[in-house]
Amino acid sequence: MATHTLEFERPLLELERQIEELKRVAGETAVDVSKEIVPLERKLAELRQEIYRSLTPMQRVQVARHPKRPYTLDYLRTVFTDFVELHGDRLYRDDPAIVGGWARLDGASVMVIGHQKGRDTKENLRRNFGMAHPEGYRKALRLMRLAEKFGAPVVTLVDTPGAYPGLGAEERGQAEAIARNLLEMSGLRTPIVTAVIGEGGSGGALAVGLADRVIMLENSVYSVISPEGCAAILWKDASQRERAAEALKLTAEDLLDLGVIDEIVPEPPGGAHADPEAAAQALEESLRRHVRQLRKLKIEKLLARREEKYLSMGALSEK
Amino acid sequence: MARMAWFKKERKPRTTERVRLEIPADAWEKCDECGHIDIKERFVAALNVCPNCGYHRRISAQEYIDLLVDEGSWHELDGKLRSADPLSFENYPQRLELARQKAGPLEALRSGYARLDGMPVDLAVMDFAFMGGSMGSVVGEKIARLTRRSAEKDIPLIIVSASGGARMQEGVLSLMQMAKTSVEIARLQQEGVPFISILTNPTTGGVSASFAMQGDVILAEPGAVVGFAGPRVIKQTIGQDLPEGFQTAEFLVEHGMVDAVVPRSELRDTTARLLRHMAGRQPAEAAD
Ligand SMILES: [Zn+2]
Repeated sequence: MATHTLEFERPLLELERQIEELKRVAGETAVDVSKEIVPLERKLAELRQEIYRSLTPMQRVQVARHPKRPYTLDYLRTVFTDFVELHGDRLYRDDPAIVGGWARLDGASVMVIGHQKGRDTKENLRRNFGMAHPEGYRKALRLMRLAEKFGAPVVTLVDTPGAYPGLGAEERGQAEAIARNLLEMSGLRTPIVTAVIGEGGSGGALAVGLADRVIMLENSVYSVISPEGCAAILWKDASQRERAAEALKLTAEDLLDLGVIDEIVPEPPGGAHADPEAAAQALEESLRRHVRQLRKLKIEKLLARREEKYLSMGALSEK
Repeated sequence: MARMAWFKKERKPRTTERVRLEIPADAWEKCDECGHIDIKERFVAALNVCPNCGYHRRISAQEYIDLLVDEGSWHELDGKLRSADPLSFENYPQRLELARQKAGPLEALRSGYARLDGMPVDLAVMDFAFMGGSMGSVVGEKIARLTRRSAEKDIPLIIVSASGGARMQEGVLSLMQMAKTSVEIARLQQEGVPFISILTNPTTGGVSASFAMQGDVILAEPGAVVGFAGPRVIKQTIGQDLPEGFQTAEFLVEHGMVDAVVPRSELRDTTARLLRHMAGRQPAEAAD
């Protein structure tokens, strides 16, 4: 627990320790400490709420990257049922940085595709910290085509620092893979719902995130560049990431204001990692609702609206 | 050696009108690639390709327009679109102002319609001089509108790219321009209207990962750096130097990502021939 505590969560840890200590004492001496514990627990809940209500953008980024935050495979256990994972792009290899397959939402079949980070160093090496190679995006596209063929909606879960910038990725056409997904998703003849569940890292996120509805978990972020990358470019100083995170307007609230996303899914106090069950419930409710609404639309109307949605994005003047 | 002698001879007649109009120091230029020194006019006559090593220097959007379209046929579109500052990003208005002074008011992409070898075309050309050719809302909107025009009027689309990627100062709205342009290109493809994408140095980031790599045919100028991540980012990530020629146009052809490397001097002719193939027209001699 302590190893994963973020700086701004320290005061919570202190209270948690006091409560633990009281409980331990109570257990040893059979003294009734509930009178002491109840107010402490209330205080803890209040403090947690207060801290999470006023997170700075960079603190949100930290929550979005929290190593205990639920990942795609976690939600595949909690939000969905009957998951059958499918592997490979049929061209080169299977990219473990993106997982996908058939699952059920609301009892009906959907194709779920999402970035997958690792829980430990070993798994992160295998999953490349959720940073996909072209074959990952090509697998995603293959699965979307499968969904289209069998009339199932596509649900994508976004959680990536970005597309992997490496030799093999470039050789095999990282740009082409992302560009192709955008092109194909524009006209995919089945509903697409995207949920940003953690980090929405630029093109690597959008490559599976062009959708009819885009929702974001409250503490997730979505940005054209990481705060560290932005700071390094603008001020030649990655430690200016607070300033960059502020400037980039990357929180769920910002994105709602900018008209880029459709809804914010509330997280439990303390973030999704504090209560994964509650986070899953909220996500499930939202996904069900959006998929249900989109299923009712005729395909031509769905595509026309998808087009309109993206054509309206941007900020400019014309005099 | 012979070149130097010839060069000295050229410099002597200081009284001719041409020499009086130019500052002597500006009369000759050096190739960044091979160090070759030549008079400016020879670079210009070679379309800013080094006469010695063939290195393609960066040229402006206007120069690409002049190179590609029939004389007097260019009509600029959407010239009044201007960037807003949706994030109130620090110094963005000032940076825009500087870019306008440096590269003109038309943003990092110019779009219009024209004729190429007599054929009607819609053409967009990115301008690297305007904030590194970065794609913000204006670039995205211009591409989207032009592509829509192509689809509706059944006119082939040509886009010349030169960009470092998405414009950071417009945040996630820049990222969404990748989706916006893709939505229109998808429609263009459905309509069966040809789209030729021409990649120049450099084409990376959000531009390469959207419309630049979505062409029916993708051409690239010799030596152009094309990729998703920039060479510096990759180098930093993998902690080693990149192999010689990595991410060049030639490398992309070898890896199957680009149809052909086309020297600047052949760009117009190759594009025209491709359009005739794809638009079902006769070769040049037989055309009216
Ligand atoms: Zn040279």
